Amino acid sequence: MKQILVALLAGALFGAGLAFSGMADPARVQGFLDLFGHWDPTLAFVMGGAMIPMAVAWIIQRRLDKPFADAHFSLPGTSLIDRKLTIGAVLFGAGWGISGLCPGPGLADLAINPLPALAFVIALFAGMIAHRVTS
Amino acid sequence: MLAAFPHAMPLEGLIGGLMIGVAAALMLLGLGRIAGVSGLAARATGIADSGAPRGIATAFVIGLPLGAYILSAIIGGVETRFPPSIIPLLIGGLLVGYGTRLGSGCTSGHGVCGMSRLSPRSLIATAIFMASGFVTVALMRAGGLL
Repeated sequence: MKQILVALLAGALFGAGLAFSGMADPARVQGFLDLFGHWDPTLAFVMGGAMIPMAVAWIIQRRLDKPFADAHFSLPGTSLIDRKLTIGAVLFGAGWGISGLCPGPGLADLAINPLPALAFVIALFAGMIAHRVTS
Repeated sequence: MLAAFPHAMPLEGLIGGLMIGVAAALMLLGLGRIAGVSGLAARATGIADSGAPRGIATAFVIGLPLGAYILSAIIGGVETRFPPSIIPLLIGGLLVGYGTRLGSGCTSGHGVCGMSRLSPRSLIATAIFMASGFVTVALMRAGGLL
């Protein structure tokens, strides 16, 4: 139960941060990617802001035997760079540019602008299912 | 604040970014996991067979719109300018869904969590999806789609 509450709190704070920072606004995100238009640097400030607590968190993490509310750390490897990673990132970036949305803002926007967000989220899950059935 | 970029929201971006970073730190130090939205969403729906326990993934995914809703209510609304047509939402969604599964992460997992960890894998992934986004939007602009 404690783990569920921590995850819910983390998700809610993440969603609130997306909304406050302007990242729930697809046109603003697309504006960051639009180098030859009215470039909007806001996304760089969001990334920079998010790096600060996380850089501290990784330093703390290395000194811990286990997380506060779970039995052990379950973290991915950091070194494997293969075709899947690169092709996946190319496709993701293209979809991000076309829509101005990535998974976090798409899900967060379900509560703010439900209809267009739902269209994106349905397609998002369809794309995930397409990957699952073809791999 | 940034005279050259009148539409930018640097202060809101920085504060919102700090909130996102604290949320990701809570997942890392509390539950020992990466706050990667694509992976957690795939796990919550059962599309992915491995990863976080489904209860944790589902709680995080429900938290996203919940937190956005509460914040929007507190500050009196949040701007969300979607593309005027459904077509870019559907094409974009399909590419984002397929690409984030194939590449094992998105802006949150590779971007926020992986880059702050100085993970070579995530640094490469983030550089590639950023570059791909820049090129895609440049092509859209050149093609008159923006």
